[in-house]
Amino acid sequence: MQAQLPFYPDQASNFAPSVDALMTFLILVSLFFAVAITAAIVFFFFKYRRKSENEVGYPIHGDMRLESLWIIVPAFLSLAMFGWGAVVYVDFRHAPQDTLDIYVIGKQWMWKIQQPNGRREINELHVPIGRDVKLVMASEDVIHDFYVPAFRVKMDVVPGHYNTMWFRPTKAGTYRFFCSQYCGTNHAVMGGWVTVMDPSDYAAWLSGSSGTDSPLVAGEKLFTERACVTCHIGNGSGRAPSLNGVYGGTVRLADGSTVTADDAYIRESILVPSAKIVAGYQPLMPAFQGQLTEDQILSLTAYIKSLQSQPIPATGAGVLTTGKK
Amino acid sequence: MSTSPTTPAVHQLPEEHYLNSTYGLRSWLLTTDHKRIALLYLASVTFFFFIGGIFATMIRIHLLTPNGYLVTPETYNKLFTMHGVAMIFFFLIPSIPAVLGNFLVPLMIGAKDLAFPKINLLSWYIYLVGGCFVLYSFATGGLDTGWTFYTPLSSVYSNSAVTPAVIGIFINGFSSILTGLNFVVTIHTMRAPGMTWFRLPLFVWAQYATSIIFILGTPVIAITLLLVGLERMFHLGFFNPALGGDPILFQHLFWFYSHPAVYIMILPAMGVISEIIPTFTRKPIFGYTFIAASSIAIAVIGFFVWAHHMFLTGESTYAALAFSLLSYLVAIPSAVKVFNWTSTLYRGSISYDTPLLYSLGFIGLFLIGGLTGLFLACLGLDIHIHDTYFVVAHFHYIMVGGAVMGYVGGLHFWWPKITGKLYPEFLARMAAVILFVGFNLTFFPQFILGYLGMPRRYHNYPPEFQVLNVMSTAGASILALGYLLPMLYLTWSMRYGKVAGPNPWPATGLEWRTPSPPPTENFDVTPVVDWEAYDFKNRPDLGLTQPSGPALSPAHGDD
Ligand code: HEC
Ligand code: HEM
Ligand SMILES: [Cu+2]
Ligand SMILES: [Cu+2]
Repeated sequence: MQAQLPFYPDQASNFAPSVDALMTFLILVSLFFAVAITAAIVFFFFKYRRKSENEVGYPIHGDMRLESLWIIVPAFLSLAMFGWGAVVYVDFRHAPQDTLDIYVIGKQWMWKIQQPNGRREINELHVPIGRDVKLVMASEDVIHDFYVPAFRVKMDVVPGHYNTMWFRPTKAGTYRFFCSQYCGTNHAVMGGWVTVMDPSDYAAWLSGSSGTDSPLVAGEKLFTERACVTCHIGNGSGRAPSLNGVYGGTVRLADGSTVTADDAYIRESILVPSAKIVAGYQPLMPAFQGQLTEDQILSLTAYIKSLQSQPIPATGAGVLTTGKK
Repeated sequence: MSTSPTTPAVHQLPEEHYLNSTYGLRSWLLTTDHKRIALLYLASVTFFFFIGGIFATMIRIHLLTPNGYLVTPETYNKLFTMHGVAMIFFFLIPSIPAVLGNFLVPLMIGAKDLAFPKINLLSWYIYLVGGCFVLYSFATGGLDTGWTFYTPLSSVYSNSAVTPAVIGIFINGFSSILTGLNFVVTIHTMRAPGMTWFRLPLFVWAQYATSIIFILGTPVIAITLLLVGLERMFHLGFFNPALGGDPILFQHLFWFYSHPAVYIMILPAMGVISEIIPTFTRKPIFGYTFIAASSIAIAVIGFFVWAHHMFLTGESTYAALAFSLLSYLVAIPSAVKVFNWTSTLYRGSISYDTPLLYSLGFIGLFLIGGLTGLFLACLGLDIHIHDTYFVVAHFHYIMVGGAVMGYVGGLHFWWPKITGKLYPEFLARMAAVILFVGFNLTFFPQFILGYLGMPRRYHNYPPEFQVLNVMSTAGASILALGYLLPMLYLTWSMRYGKVAGPNPWPATGLEWRTPSPPPTENFDVTPVVDWEAYDFKNRPDLGLTQPSGPALSPAHGDD
């Protein structure tokens, strides 16, 4: 979509042109029907005006051919809209490999954002042009929604869930982002600016970082501070399964079922360990529900994720396959 | 014999009718006459419409400037929430069914009353009790959760009076359920001799479809809101993740009712339009069976599309695909209706009376509302427009442009039957045009605002959105005038209007075969129906001349 209509916002991501093209298609189809029907109504309205008080209309009860026509034609057009819309959506919901992962935490009424190297921002987001960026999002209280109109992307940020969304910025500039899920008193001011930068500027900006720990480093520290390490000993010889290589793999549970160790599973295993017990282990682990902030959970997850590169224990843990590529 | 338009007979009100058969407050508050109960509802839904309207006015004034000086953020949030709750649960859902449906269903099928007259009265009292709880909530702390009550905001974080509000809506649900039950039983068992299913006026079909949704859907919202109340009061973990609940579960339950509920609001209006158009074109409706069947199709398929409100909650991609496809499916019966109404105008004898103006307005606005529904059901596009003003515009086009236009049009159409008096025609046409213009000016800019990215439920907004917001507010003031006018002249006409006579238009339905206003028992003798719906041809009693001109080809289905 090159030609931009005045009521289309800036196009600054890979999704903007595809969403706008869809919009144009739907506007054209709708215009056709709206104009055709309005024209018919106006025409009939004047043409068949009642000429004398007592006149009645011609009794026409219906026409099967017309009825089938106006069932079938809209059905096909609908299918086209559905199909095209589905393509864009499926693309949006499946992030490519090798993304730049940025953590986003929503809370009443601000956004806390952490870059991969630990640089934190509040109500601001810096991203490089041309890189596939994935936002991993969590909420500390109610449901929020991260919405960047210029990117044509949004996704709810739901407490108790991780939602992710991805995009590839295509145009340098600053764009507004909003919270678009009503979240209480200051919902309308829970927004900020996305800055899209050249990769080199972005790198420079990142390294000007104010020196907080990256999620990985923070997670490693927490792992010791919170005594996870006392049970989860590296080689799996402790009372608890080794976490090496768990992330991304398949875990066998005590009840015989299996589960994929994604963000949501790791999160649940930390907060409510009793929900899913790893096969071969006792439910010893204390629940950390309410004891860790969303930041800390994200850091721990990042750390556990990084353990993929560690050696995989030969025995013991319920790991069936690992997430190692 | 009833009126003949050629001899403008001077009509007189019948000596005794349902309005004057008994007097006094008791005779109204303890009445079991469906017609009086309809009027009790008319007064109460109008009251809630007024309240909701005041909130809306304040919202629009506040949004005149980007930083809104009129009210605080808290108050703003309460305004749009209370606007939504009053309008949806206490005005629009009961409006056509409980006012027009109550009045007309027995008359249209030739019955003396509804099947359970006392339960009918009970429904109204239940509605009142529910309404009082909600008003109590509004008065003591207000409500700031949004009409959608999303958890855990509503169940944990909100500091407003959520509990009385959800109790009120819970109670009010029983009123809907009982009304639905009453209609279903009445339509099944009390049709006059000769009134077969396919001779039923389409308004009755629409009420029937609506009643099914009332009965099947309402219990779900009632229980869901009760769970919100329980979580709030007793910290039981249903939806709050901190207590092991799931906030998304709430959305599934909520929309399982609330999507069908949007059809509760629009189907009866479609029924009204299907009565008005044949009357003012003086010909049978085009595609009767298709219109009737599409009402049922909408009621049924409408139950399987709820998660199209949740495409961006993180629901599975497969669920999203299925719900998008099903949403397109439900749009088709709506399209079928529009095509059939439009075709009914073809070769009609079209008069420019007010009810027809409302109906044509309805078609135009519903068309835009329905078409923009396709935008929202389109997965790729919804990513961008979900939860923006685009959605606000979409549902106002359907609910206000469609349902309310249908309701007001229906009130005009049956006003002579209800009161025995005619409303002032010229003023009424003016009001219809004012409403149409004001409506479009108010809500069309919101589609653009939405696509430009303005999220909904914002008490302030970036300055670049101001022009469109000012247009919208300007439109709203015209719209307000459009609503005030009918309120005034309809009330005026009750006393000073010209006497209407039994069948002023004339129309073919049974309700027009009895005096206006009807006697308490509706008909002096039980009518026997030996004509098809909207048949102007075999009805010499209407005093109309028959069509002349070239014969129609059989393909047109001339009978
Ligand atoms: C008292 C010992 C103990 C402590 C302390 C402990 N855990 Fe565990 N953890 C276990 C046991 C035992 C299991 C396996 C049984 C189960 O699934 O609950 C487990 C399971 C897990 C799992 C799922 C592993 C798999 O293979 O699927 C994760 C992830 C985890 N713990 C993370 C942590 C983190 C992070 C901490 C620190 C905040 C921690 N644990 C602290 C004992 C402990
Ligand atoms: C023609 C068929 C229709 C389709 C395909 C359709 C589709 C949709 C979709 C997908 C949404 C969700 C939008 C979003 O949140 O992103 C929506 C919202 C809505 N629709 Fe429709 N719709 C249709 C008809 C109707 C009708 C008939 C009504 C009412 C009488 C209605 C009232 C609403 C309301 C109230 C909302 C917003 C609810 C809220 O979030 O507050 N729609 N519609
Ligand atoms: Cu918000
Ligand atoms: Cu819906």
